[in-house]
Amino acid sequence: MDNIAGSKSSLTWAVQISVILLVGLWLFPTVGLFVSSFRTADQIATSGWWKAMFPSEQNLTLRAGAPETQVQDGTLFVIEGNLFDADGRDRVAISVWGISSKAIDAFRPGDVAELRKGGTITVQENGDYRVENTEAFSGKRGQRVFVTAEVPPEFTLKNYDTALGVNALPRLAMFALAGVILGGVVYVALRGMHPERARSWAVAAGILFSLLLIFALGLSTGTVEGAQTGDSMAKAFFNTLTVTIPATIIPILVAAFAAYALAWMDFPGRALLIAAIVALLVVPLQLALIPLLKLHNEIGIGKGYVGVWLAHTGFGLPLAIYLLRNYMVGLPKDIIENARVDGATDFQIFVKIILPLSFPALASFAIFQFLWTWNDLLVALVFLIDATGETTVMTKQIVELLGTRGGNWEILATAAFVSIAVPLIVFFAMQKYLVRGLLAGSVK
Amino acid sequence: MHPALQGLITIIVGVGGCVGYYYLSNQFLDKVLFPARGANAGRNINRANMIRPWLFLAPALFALGLYLAYPVVETLRLSLTDRDAGGAFVGGANYAQMFAEPKFWEAMRNNMLWLIIVPAMSTAFGLLAAQLTDRLAWGNIAKSLIFMPMAISFVGAAVIWKLVYDTRPIEQDQIGILNAILLSLGAEEPRTWLTIPFWNNFFLMAVLIWIQTGFAMVILSAALRGIPEETVEAAIVDGANPFQIFFRIKIPQIAGTIVVVWTTITIVVLKVFDIVFAMTNGQWETQVLANYMYDKLFRANDWGVGSAAAMIIMLLVTPILVWNVYNARKEMK
Repeated sequence: MDNIAGSKSSLTWAVQISVILLVGLWLFPTVGLFVSSFRTADQIATSGWWKAMFPSEQNLTLRAGAPETQVQDGTLFVIEGNLFDADGRDRVAISVWGISSKAIDAFRPGDVAELRKGGTITVQENGDYRVENTEAFSGKRGQRVFVTAEVPPEFTLKNYDTALGVNALPRLAMFALAGVILGGVVYVALRGMHPERARSWAVAAGILFSLLLIFALGLSTGTVEGAQTGDSMAKAFFNTLTVTIPATIIPILVAAFAAYALAWMDFPGRALLIAAIVALLVVPLQLALIPLLKLHNEIGIGKGYVGVWLAHTGFGLPLAIYLLRNYMVGLPKDIIENARVDGATDFQIFVKIILPLSFPALASFAIFQFLWTWNDLLVALVFLIDATGETTVMTKQIVELLGTRGGNWEILATAAFVSIAVPLIVFFAMQKYLVRGLLAGSVK
Repeated sequence: MHPALQGLITIIVGVGGCVGYYYLSNQFLDKVLFPARGANAGRNINRANMIRPWLFLAPALFALGLYLAYPVVETLRLSLTDRDAGGAFVGGANYAQMFAEPKFWEAMRNNMLWLIIVPAMSTAFGLLAAQLTDRLAWGNIAKSLIFMPMAISFVGAAVIWKLVYDTRPIEQDQIGILNAILLSLGAEEPRTWLTIPFWNNFFLMAVLIWIQTGFAMVILSAALRGIPEETVEAAIVDGANPFQIFFRIKIPQIAGTIVVVWTTITIVVLKVFDIVFAMTNGQWETQVLANYMYDKLFRANDWGVGSAAAMIIMLLVTPILVWNVYNARKEMK
């Protein structure tokens, strides 16, 4: 401790524990969604996700082999096998079992039970069973057996196959790995020249490369049969990307020029303009919905990507100009004046000096705009999504799932997790710039 | 055309168009309109420099005007006209109609609750988190985990919290943690949290508090770091305990920042739409203004009343707008 403040050791433990509790409380809901997305519908519906890490006692309904598999053993007709193997499950230890749904715990492993239709059945602890009778078995289906067993925690990738298409997760992991490798190469290549910016460029290049791969090679190798959500979630994923990328890039340039003029050029009305931008910063975009939708319809854009790109650009500009201007004002005056004395025009100063120096502010805004456009629902609902639903975005898809399939937690959790995973990656990779932007952007 | 291709073309056209506009308009100004040579070279340079700021500003001003300033005026006009009467001027009829609706007053009451509780709780939790993590070895990790919900969409957060609030019949295992805790504490019945009138508002607010605390923490944490060490050390020498230091020494010094955080979250609250839209859609007395407005505009197709509701939101934002502008101007002087 390099100062005397806060060195009271009696409080340290209390502080540690409170922070652990606080972080736990904040993390807990998200972890719930994450864990749920890897559980089957049955598991989600029958036990809380916080129990997913531990073995649980489960009641399973399994079936012995069908009568057609019987073999004759002397005078007896016998059906033999293993209950778990027949169901395609891993073998677990059975604690009790039964043959009627009313008494599922009637027998212990090794007991012999009398069947209602005649004959006997016995089930061993490992799931091996033997059904025997002096007469031949008839009928189509095998005997039902209810077993109670300690089932170890089990996780599945099936939800991701249903939500995004077959093999979506392994492919995404592969693309991400490719992105990481490319990012690493960029980092190593740039480290010598721009030690400070190498990391940001590497992250940006990695993410862009992964996205490019997703676009070029597709998200999955096909959809799960009968899953309507697979198609639409994958489509919504691409649509969201299509909305986000132009809506992030275009405002940056427009705002940068305006911010430079407001920061370093002297002209009448400048202070008034800055005040106006501060005012526009808080104007609720709710006001813009109807007038602009009408305008878009009148000039023939209607509902579609062009409209939503323009809208996001317009709504993002005040923050962009404000952030960039605040940053540019703080740049050293000498550099700019020296350049002026040397005969550089404003255009040259801007392109060659200001723009490269403003990189941190540009990155901050890019992250804000990316998060905002990716997470947006309202603007997409109003300016993008038409009656055909071809241009739906992820947030809209999730709201729809919430409404129509409120019970299908496995799909809902998976879809929601996919939609928040991308912002989370950006968040953790570029957190430094986000914090810097927040600090500069909150009106002091 | 494939949307991705359209997107790529838009990026190229958009960025290329911007670069082209700035470059060519500057060239035009310097080479054609006011060339810096000949008899009037000096005067031309001055003239060009008078016009150049407006060249730089023009696209941004156009977009700002069209997408933010014009709608304010147009919404005001629409709120005074009636769609059924072919857009005729009806004065305050839309407002009168809206004020007569119980749903509107429900939205107003809820919005006021949101306005008081969400900024207060977010700021309080943010301050607590900022102070506690300030001198911790793993403080930065803790901070980034509390900050994380900022990256999650309101819709994603709605799903996350719906799982927390989930209710199952009593004979089944509860999969929502809140009901599981309630039952393990000995309650008889699980609750359907989102349908309990009045109190369900607080369950919705919890979502926004969960998101905004990270924002408050980041800003306040930076402010706490900015407090001069001497003031704290002087207090310790004078025998102040940690609580006195926090409340009497630190809080007064960051009061300005607390106000900024408070007002910023207030604006977020006024615009809150997605959380209510996704979780209850205004049922069970959870309506808020932004969702009420959306209902009027796109479900009832009544842009008169919808615009009137939008104007109410604008009216509520205005004091903060004026305050921000006042402060920004003061700072520039």
